[in-house]
Amino acid sequence: MTRKIHPAVVSAQPFQVANLRPTDRLFEDEEGRDRLEKAISRYPDKRAALLPMLAYAQERNGWVSPESMQQVAEALDLTPAYVNSVATFYTMYNKHPTGRHMIQVCTCVACHLCGGEEVFEAFLEATGTVPGAMSEDGKYVVMEAECLGACGFATAVQVNDRYFENVTPETVGEVLARLEQDGGE
Amino acid sequence: MGYPYSHDLEVGTILSRHFGDESARRLNVWQEYGGYAALAKAVGMDATQITGIVKDSGLRGRGGAGFPTGLKWSFMPQEPTGPHYLCCNADESEPGAFKDREILRWVPHLLIEGCLIAARAIRAEHVYIYVRGEYFPYTRILNDAVVEAYEAGFIGPDILGSGWDCELTVHIGAGAYIAGEETGLMSSLVGGRAEPRVKPPFPAQSGVFGRPTTVNNVETLAAVPMILSEGSAWYRQWGTERSPGTKLWCCSGHLERPGTYELPLGIPLRDIIYDVCGGIRNGKKLKAVIPGGSSTALLTASELDCASTYEGMQEAGSSLGTASPIVMDEDTNIVRAIRRTAEFYAHESCGQCVQCREGTAWVAKILHRIEMGDGRLADIDTLYDLCEQLTGRTICVLADSVVFPLRSSLDKFRADYEALIGGRA
Ligand SMILES: Cc1cc2nc3c(=O)[nH]c(=O)nc-3n(C[C@H](O)[C@H](O)[C@H](O)COP(=O)(O)O)c2cc1C
Ligand code: SF4
Ligand code: FES
Repeated sequence: MTRKIHPAVVSAQPFQVANLRPTDRLFEDEEGRDRLEKAISRYPDKRAALLPMLAYAQERNGWVSPESMQQVAEALDLTPAYVNSVATFYTMYNKHPTGRHMIQVCTCVACHLCGGEEVFEAFLEATGTVPGAMSEDGKYVVMEAECLGACGFATAVQVNDRYFENVTPETVGEVLARLEQDGGE
Repeated sequence: MGYPYSHDLEVGTILSRHFGDESARRLNVWQEYGGYAALAKAVGMDATQITGIVKDSGLRGRGGAGFPTGLKWSFMPQEPTGPHYLCCNADESEPGAFKDREILRWVPHLLIEGCLIAARAIRAEHVYIYVRGEYFPYTRILNDAVVEAYEAGFIGPDILGSGWDCELTVHIGAGAYIAGEETGLMSSLVGGRAEPRVKPPFPAQSGVFGRPTTVNNVETLAAVPMILSEGSAWYRQWGTERSPGTKLWCCSGHLERPGTYELPLGIPLRDIIYDVCGGIRNGKKLKAVIPGGSSTALLTASELDCASTYEGMQEAGSSLGTASPIVMDEDTNIVRAIRRTAEFYAHESCGQCVQCREGTAWVAKILHRIEMGDGRLADIDTLYDLCEQLTGRTICVLADSVVFPLRSSLDKFRADYEALIGGRA
C-alpha cells in the first residue's frame, strides 16, 4: 500500500479523491508514519506540517474528523483547539463525510458571464440533488465554487482532483458518464 | 505561444514557447530545449551579480502589484545571520486569473529553474512553492518535475557540483484566496490560518519561521531564467521603459478566443481584445471589461485605447493587476456581474477587520437587493459610502479590491443601477 513519495512533494498530495483508504489511526501504519516524518523534515518548525497532515487525513478518510484532528494535534505537539481553529479556516477540508464525487461548479464572475449558473442547475438536476447535500446513493455532492483559476475555459468544473473545462448544460451528462466510467480515477 | 490559441502579435520566447506541448514537462525534453542552462550560469555567479541583471531588466512582479523584482531581492540581508527563504506564490485565485496555472502545467521545469536562480540571488536555503489546493492536476505535474530535478542534481546538496545547496518543497493550500496575500501566505505556510498581518516588519526582515523571506509570483520567477541567459538588454527589447518585457494575458468572458497569450507589454488593450482574442463572440458589442482581474476598475468600450502597461492602465483609471481581462458583452447585466464579484470578496474576507468583514457582505447584499428589483435610490449613496469605508482602512487590500470594480461600475453604469431601481426613493 505504501507508495514511495519524495519528501519534497509529500506536502502536495491531492487530498480530495474518490478512492479512500479509511483508517482510524492515521499515524500507526507505515504509510502514515512515513508521511508524517517526511513532512516534518521539510520545515524548521514542525507546526508547518499541520496543513499537509490535515490534507493527509482527508486523503485517507474523505474528511477531517474530530478524531483525525486529535491525532494530528498529538503528532505535531499542538493543542486540539489550535488544530480545529486552523482546519475550520480552510474551505477545502471537509468537516463532514462527503459524496464519492464532489462536483464543484464555478459560478464566479467569468464563468457566471458564460453560463456557470445554468451548468450548476444542470448538475443538480442530473444528479437529483440540492446544493451541498449528498445524493441518496452517496455518489454525488454538487456545490457552487468560487473561481477555480480556469476562467478562459468557462464553465470550469472541479470533480475531486480533476478539472473539466468548457462545460455547458448540454455536456453535463458526458461529464457524469466519464465519472461513472473511470470510477473516480 | 498562447494556449489554447496563439496569435502573431505574441512573443513566446520567455514563458510560453512550449505551452500545449506535453513532452516539455519531462526533464530530458526540457533539457533538449535548453532547460537548466541558466541555472548552470547562475551557479557561477554570486548573489549580487544575479540581482543586478534582474534589476537592470526592469522585471516587475507579476502577482498584481508590479513591484520591481530586483529591488525586492536587494532588500534581503546581504550578510546572512541564519537561513533565508523564498516563497513562490502559486495561490492564484483572483477571479479572471489563470496564467500561473499554464506555467505550472506546461513548463514546470522553467518555474523550478527560476525559483533556484532567485534563491541563489537572495541566499535562500529553501524554496517553498505554495500552490492553491484546487490545482491538484497541475500540482501533480509540478511534483513529478520536482522529483526529476532532484534526481538529476538540479535541486538539493551541491547543485551541479558547485558546492551550493538549496532545497525545494511543494506545499499546497486548502481553499483560501487570502493565502495569496503575501503575509497571509506566510502565515498559512507555517501552519496557521491564512490571516494577513500588518507590515512592517516586511518579509525581507521577518517572514516564514521568523527569517528573512522573499515572496514572488510564479510568472515573475518563470521570467528569470531567460533574463539571466540572454541579459537585461535583450529582455528590454520588448515593452516600455517602465514596463519592460512580455506579460501573460489571460483573457476570459464573452470573447471569441479566450485563453492565455504572451504579449509584449504596451500593445493597446483594444488590440488584445479585438485582434488577439478575436473580439466579442456572436458578433456582439463590448459593454465593459475588467482589465486586470476582478480587483481592478472596469473600463467601457470608449476607454480601450490605453497601452497595456502598468503606467498605461493607470492613466486609463484602472490597473494592469494580473493582466486578466474579463470581457462583458452588450447584453451583460452589470449589477449582477458586480454582485457576483462582490460575493467573492465577501466569501474570501478573512474576517480580521470589521470594515472588510461587514462591508463586503453589505455590498453583496445591497447589490443583490437592487438586482432583484427591491433597491432604493438611497442604496446607491450607501454603496458609495461603503466604498469609502472599505478604502485604506484595513490590514490588507482585499477590502480595497472590491471597491475598484464597484465604484467604477457606479460611476460608469449608474443608469443600469437606476433602471433596476426604477425610481423608488
Ligand atoms: C487579497 C490578495 C490576494 C493576492 N493573491 C495573490 C496570488 O494569488 N498570487 C500572487 O502571486 N500574488 C497575490 N497577491 C499579491 C501578493 O501579496 C504579493 O504581492 C506577490 O505574491 C508578490 O510577488 P511579485 O512581486 O512577484 O508580484 C495577492 C494580494 C492580495 C492583497
Ligand atoms: S482586509 Fe479583509 S481579508 Fe484583509 S486582513 Fe482585513 S479582514 Fe482579512
Ligand atoms: S471564474 Fe470560473 S474559473 Fe475563474
